[in-house]
Amino acid sequence: MKRILVGIKRVVDFNVRIRVKPDGSGVATDGVKMSINPFDEIALEEALRIRERGGAEEVIVATVGPADCQQQLRSALAMGADRALHVQADGLIEPLVVARALLKLVEREQPFLVILGKQAIDDDNGQTGQVLAALWNRPQATYASKVELTGDKARVTREVDAGLETLEVDLPAVLTTDLRLNEPRYVKLPDIMKAKKKPLETLTLAGLGVEQRQQLKLVRFEPPPQRQKGVRVKDAAELVEQLKKKGLL
Amino acid sequence: MSAAILIVAEHDGSRLNVSTAKCVSCARALQGAEIAIAVCAADASQVASQAAELAGVARVLTVENPANAHALAAVLAPQIVALAGPFAVVLGPSTTFGKDLMARIAGLLGAPQVSDIMAIESPTRFRRPVYAGNAILTVESAGAAKVVGTVRMASFEAAGGGGAAPIEKAAVSVELPNHTRFITVSAAKSDRPDLQTAARVISGGRALGSADGFKILYSLADKLGAAVGASRAAVDAGYAPNEMQVGQTGKIIAPELYVAVGISGAIQHLTGIKDARTIVAINKDGEAPIFEVADFGLVGDLFQIIPEIEKLVG
Repeated sequence: MKRILVGIKRVVDFNVRIRVKPDGSGVATDGVKMSINPFDEIALEEALRIRERGGAEEVIVATVGPADCQQQLRSALAMGADRALHVQADGLIEPLVVARALLKLVEREQPFLVILGKQAIDDDNGQTGQVLAALWNRPQATYASKVELTGDKARVTREVDAGLETLEVDLPAVLTTDLRLNEPRYVKLPDIMKAKKKPLETLTLAGLGVEQRQQLKLVRFEPPPQRQKGVRVKDAAELVEQLKKKGLL
Repeated sequence: MSAAILIVAEHDGSRLNVSTAKCVSCARALQGAEIAIAVCAADASQVASQAAELAGVARVLTVENPANAHALAAVLAPQIVALAGPFAVVLGPSTTFGKDLMARIAGLLGAPQVSDIMAIESPTRFRRPVYAGNAILTVESAGAAKVVGTVRMASFEAAGGGGAAPIEKAAVSVELPNHTRFITVSAAKSDRPDLQTAARVISGGRALGSADGFKILYSLADKLGAAVGASRAAVDAGYAPNEMQVGQTGKIIAPELYVAVGISGAIQHLTGIKDARTIVAINKDGEAPIFEVADFGLVGDLFQIIPEIEKLVG
């Protein structure tokens, strides 16, 4: 069966203004709205569109994390994923551990395409897709803004600093998504009901044979330095005068 | 504490990107760091001599291979891994080139990666932004043999010149994959300064209304010798190309002067500009969050104000 594996992460919703805990141990997440990482939603949307065009038969969504992550897996099923895999793990899970777990799922499910978000908006690491591609010894096409599949190849347009770069990769391959790849669909109520009946399988890191190693210790979180509030100027002339005074014009 | 640090050079085959000089500054923050730069290219001669001139570099290692004509992470990563043996830290720039490549290197090494390093406190201890820059995290590698890192461009000045490091050809014999092929890159040719290094940047938001609306910014930018950026909303709407996007998932910049025109100031945008020396906000909505970070705020119609400014500076 032609399968696409999509990795998602549960993160603090992008609209939340986060606060660093006073003891510096992390950011406050109690009672904070949690969502699917926006880039991962784009990854799932792309997989669904490929399936709807007949380019794939099954879309599997997977995550590595604590029990609460099942909410985001259910949302992904409501969006249209066929089934979900939850690799249960608590505490800090580094990108290398996630990539190793995903590799085990890849070996089990044999997808022709793995799609992930280019970064999670909580830790902003931006590593998991590339690490998975390295471990799997397969191509990576990161920051994708357009994906065309033809036979056993994909042509991927990437958003790079210089503009747009196009790569051709042999499949299977790992893609990571950028913002403008697509606009994810809204979930309708009947789909949420249907999603409750879709299969969601729970696995563990240990069961997959992956050790939950932590190589980076989180020493301290601090709030960033705040900028001083500035002044209002009344018109263009005053603005230009002020900037000239500071030697900026 | 001294440490051997390998920096992966970013270049286009003939010109070393300024991002590499910024990585050198990051590495030099460590007392006694022994810094080597790796140049992978089809013909490394030009780029290697530019790298050798950077102040503080101990040596330049070149790896020449026709497969290196274009920077493909899957091709470059095993070559860097082959060089990485003696180094405690392997750094690259936090540009799309470096972000794509360094994590693949980390994967091959099984090493931890510290993304977006804004300060290096020891060979194992780093500071980096998380949550779109709304928290600064100090991390420490707990006994890993190597640490891979990407260097946040807005946090470091480019290292100066005047060096004369020896250039050595490195013998690297690893099998390179051919599963990934470069097809093309479409870069808009522009005479304006590069967004990531410009001293002055003028950015536009959705309020510009169209790609045509951006013309008043280009016109002012050309008067000021400024680069032009855009908010995500403006890029999404098709008013500006993706390479102009400033913010958490676009470019993170630190110009002397940043002028935000018709940009409301979502936190994802603010994270891209918070290192700017002076921020100017021009917006018709006096309540827009951009004014909370602006040194100078001007409430009004941008379509009147921008041409006025252009006249005043002309």
